[in-house]
Amino acid sequence: MPEQIPPDSVGLVEPQLAIFNSPLELTCGQTLSHYELAYETYGQLNSNKSNGILICHALSGHHHAAGYHSMEDRKPGWWDNYIGPGKPIDTNHFFVVALNNLGGCHGSTGPNSVNPDSKKLYGPEFPIVTVKDWVKSQARLADMLGIQQWAAVIGGSLGGMQALQWSIDYPDRLKHAVVIASAPKLTAQNIAFNEVARQAIMSDEGFHQGWYKQQNDYPKKGLMLARMVGHITYLSDDAMRQKFGRDLRSGKINFDFGAEFQVESYLRYQGEIFSENFDANTYLLMTKALDYFDPAKDYNDDLVAALRQAKCQFFIMSFTTDWRFLPERSKEIVDALLSAKKDVSYLDINAPEGHDAFLLPIPRYKNAFKAYLARVADEVKSNEN
Amino acid sequence: MRTDFQIIQAWIDSHSRVLDLGCGDGSFLKYLKEHKQTQGYGLEIDPENIERCIEKGINVIEQDLDKGLSNFIDNSFDTVLMAQALQAVHYPHLVLEEMLRIGRECIITFPNFGHWRCRLYLTQRGKMPVSKFMPYTWYNTPNIHFCTFKDFEELCQQKQVRILNRMVVDQTHRGDWISRLMPNLFGEIAIYHLTR
Repeated sequence: MPEQIPPDSVGLVEPQLAIFNSPLELTCGQTLSHYELAYETYGQLNSNKSNGILICHALSGHHHAAGYHSMEDRKPGWWDNYIGPGKPIDTNHFFVVALNNLGGCHGSTGPNSVNPDSKKLYGPEFPIVTVKDWVKSQARLADMLGIQQWAAVIGGSLGGMQALQWSIDYPDRLKHAVVIASAPKLTAQNIAFNEVARQAIMSDEGFHQGWYKQQNDYPKKGLMLARMVGHITYLSDDAMRQKFGRDLRSGKINFDFGAEFQVESYLRYQGEIFSENFDANTYLLMTKALDYFDPAKDYNDDLVAALRQAKCQFFIMSFTTDWRFLPERSKEIVDALLSAKKDVSYLDINAPEGHDAFLLPIPRYKNAFKAYLARVADEVKSNEN
Repeated sequence: MRTDFQIIQAWIDSHSRVLDLGCGDGSFLKYLKEHKQTQGYGLEIDPENIERCIEKGINVIEQDLDKGLSNFIDNSFDTVLMAQALQAVHYPHLVLEEMLRIGRECIITFPNFGHWRCRLYLTQRGKMPVSKFMPYTWYNTPNIHFCTFKDFEELCQQKQVRILNRMVVDQTHRGDWISRLMPNLFGEIAIYHLTR
């Protein structure tokens, strides 16, 4: 709970709901006739609506990216380190939009929404959504807000994939794409991790083939396991060693299977919190969207050809110890952009924290991010006059 | 602008594509972008310099020249430039080859170790030269491959590289008659404009 709102916070914010009644055709072939997107905005939209920044969330993120919902909030939004007055995504200059993607479990239409056709919860019947679908739905949100062109679309990890897809699918609708700790598509190893997470959920007896809500149940253990696997891959070996080492909770080895090491109890705790706050069907959907992401596929598996569509400038960042989304994967994007003769800057930030680094206030990352967006803000200003 | 850049900019065409290896704070690329509408990228590894480039709106890629340039495709640039970095790379001859593969032309500048002052320092003191211009001692210098004007000419000959222009200038980047006459002895900085 913040005793008082810090001066560089966007302060108390309230989520909003955008309602769409025009059907959305999805990549999987199904159509959503009606859908809703939960979103938040920070800062003021300028008169020519040119200072909009779209924040795309990662796997378990949502629309609450910055500020607090109430004075009782334990923590601010998930990217509060980077969004606010004077922060890299400076709300003194930008109108920031963050949303919960379709299929999500924090207010947007998803497995826990009522299917308007059957009048029942979607549950496991919610269609598989892709990054492409999300981008399409985000474009409609932009239309609704009157934003023809984003000053920038920004995202980390799965969010970076959305920024990349934006640049290809809607080249005229963004000036800059900031792609952080991301990849042009997943590796087999990454898909394997996602599959372990999905199997953990689906094999939990509380899963009930996805109809757990009807049974007043949920796959708690499965979600915990899925999160634990995920968490391990988001941290680096070094980060774990520094955080926990081999410290024992009770100071001695007990020769049993309780949580003896600090790292074990940490993972169990994180898993538990997550299982109470995240929907199992949404987790399955989000990991599938990750697995399916492959913008080059529409262009004969040629990423250069795909990125040739883009008109925006790119800013790509990776982190040296990120082994879930290796710097090499970001470099693949950079190299494709070089070959496509696009404007691109790339930084590989030395950080021991692994994939999670993209959410942390790392000085070099923060400074470079700030420098880049200061220039975007200047561009917005010079176009205003 | 640095005087060596003043010389070099005349060799770069308007609207051309430029790759600057070891681009520093991006000042030269910014000049080229503004005055010659060039498009291109700078490669740099120093975080401070990279941030300056970003501030200037210069495309900068964090990439170590010693790890190769294989990510750049053949003939993808009009000019590949490397100012005062040749002496700091692990394998200058390989970098030269790569520069000529990627670019139609390339421009290289480096400190000439054959300059009379270096020769005098070494013969008189028997020690590696340390000067205001090259302030490092032998063990902590980033400059690991010093060469002379003559050495570089030999390398170009051996690699059958065509020299379009060459100049030597002194520390203030002026080229006087004596350094034109005896470049290896009187030129402090060598500036080469090359093609295949």
